[in-house]
Amino acid sequence: MRDMNAIEFENVSFSYEEGGTFAIKNLNFAVEEGEFLAVLGHNGSGKSTLARLSNGLLEADSGVIRVFGEQLTEKNLFDIRKQVGIVFQSPDNQTVASIVEDDIAFGAENIALPREEIGKRIDFALHAVGMEEYRHATVSRLSGGQKQRIAIAGVLAVMPKVLILDESTAMLDPRGRREIIDCVTRLNKEQGITVVLITHFMEEALRASRAIVMNRGEIVMQGAPSDIFERHEELLTYNLTLPLIGRICRDLRAGGMPVTDTLDVDRLAKEIASCVSKQST
Amino acid sequence: MRIQAEHLSYTYNAGSPFASAALKDVSLTVEEGEFFGIIGHTGSGKSTFVQHLNALLRVPTSLRKYRKKRKDPPSNTVLKVGDFDLTNKKTDFNALRSKVGMVMQYPEYQLFAETVFDDVAFGYKNFAPEKPTKEQIENAVRDALTIVGLDFDEVKEMSPFDLSGGQKRRVAIAGVIVTKPEILVLDEPAAGLDPLGKQEIMELLHRLHSSWCRTVIIVSHDMDEIAENCTRVAVFSDGEVKYVLPPKELFTHSEELLSLGLDVPLTAKICLALKKYGIDLKCDFTTEDFLKQTLALAGKGVKE
Repeated sequence: MRDMNAIEFENVSFSYEEGGTFAIKNLNFAVEEGEFLAVLGHNGSGKSTLARLSNGLLEADSGVIRVFGEQLTEKNLFDIRKQVGIVFQSPDNQTVASIVEDDIAFGAENIALPREEIGKRIDFALHAVGMEEYRHATVSRLSGGQKQRIAIAGVLAVMPKVLILDESTAMLDPRGRREIIDCVTRLNKEQGITVVLITHFMEEALRASRAIVMNRGEIVMQGAPSDIFERHEELLTYNLTLPLIGRICRDLRAGGMPVTDTLDVDRLAKEIASCVSKQST
Repeated sequence: MRIQAEHLSYTYNAGSPFASAALKDVSLTVEEGEFFGIIGHTGSGKSTFVQHLNALLRVPTSLRKYRKKRKDPPSNTVLKVGDFDLTNKKTDFNALRSKVGMVMQYPEYQLFAETVFDDVAFGYKNFAPEKPTKEQIENAVRDALTIVGLDFDEVKEMSPFDLSGGQKRRVAIAGVIVTKPEILVLDEPAAGLDPLGKQEIMELLHRLHSSWCRTVIIVSHDMDEIAENCTRVAVFSDGEVKYVLPPKELFTHSEELLSLGLDVPLTAKICLALKKYGIDLKCDFTTEDFLKQTLALAGKGVKE
């Protein structure tokens, strides 16, 4: 028996047009249960396609996709969607109701849960995203970050085991982005929910336990986020850039200041300080 | 064209229980030729301000329904863009709008035509004082698409919806600059793009700034972008302008900016952290100068 993987791809290929270029090309990969995985890649590298294949929004041309060991087919599609929830990019087109609690209830209502259970799940979901006091608020009056947290809550109310965020932070301001990342980090740690974070903000990927880099429908790099950032020359070839702090470390070193690669501002400052004081004594 | 605003206020839903003051007595001048930055977090009034610049939001005195009641105190609001007086209802607002191009957030969502050509031509045809000839239209569209970095012959017949995200955004920008506005205002021009797409858009804005559009104004949350590109920055907070300074001076106030809930550039964060170690690094907060000054600091140590 193999270990239980939350999501598993075996030789999966997919193209949007028949005979067209592959958006996903013969892909093999797995997400472990309870993992926090970051998926990086430039626009058009196949990361959103990957997300959509994972819960059957798109159907693979060939290959096998398994969710918790069960092969994804037309028959079990709806059961699998209960286990794999996706939050999309735009905060404005993922809401269906005008009041927060109605919006969160939508998914749970759709799977025909009893009324009391839905109530309980709304409580749980609001608490999980830290929005209890907005239960009766009007969705359209919330900020972008708050709307995205409501979108996450709506997915959580279905109680999926896997939460996929498909660039869910791309349209938010820095504060909204922090809210979302803090929220999913907490869900991963406290509720044990498997998180797949698709992003092109390198800084966000640092929270993950593992990162993969996609290019032209294939996985080209994987490992701990900090290890991946150390391979900057390679990242550049996939049209990705280092986080700015990584570039500063590299350029300082090139200029003769022996700082080590770090993504932490305080640590870099400490290293610069020690370089400066060493030279002056 | 110079932009001059004095005592500008704006309230959404005025007179209703939902009234909220978005601008409170704002005074701000943007000189011709600037690459001006506007920062402030969501709800600080920055979008409300820029929407005044091409009269998407109007100063009350410029509206036809505005009547001077005897009880009202005389309005002291001044809002001028070049020779256009935006407080006067007789101003030719259509002409103003062809001179002040406005690129909204996620402008690619506003693409609508069947071909790239038609989409870009739309604004040009709308603003032309007389009916333009086919040739004039084609030349204008060709120039606009070329300057945003697209191949006219390759994309003209394509549907804008078949393009990539970065290309769509460039088509949307082409549709605005096709009237050759003297002032170009962009709300979050690089938001949602990947790092390479961001870089391309910023290069495009500099290309426009040095050719077609004398003045460029960007609204942004990305402080690194602001520090690298802008001549001056206005900080909006709670409907007021807190600072108007070049980035070099603005980010010496990093602690205040952070307390306003705003971010600061990475270089400013490192400078702030260095203070804890007794190092006062002076730089203009661009990455280039930061590196130069940091390395100089270490170099100076050797000589002493």
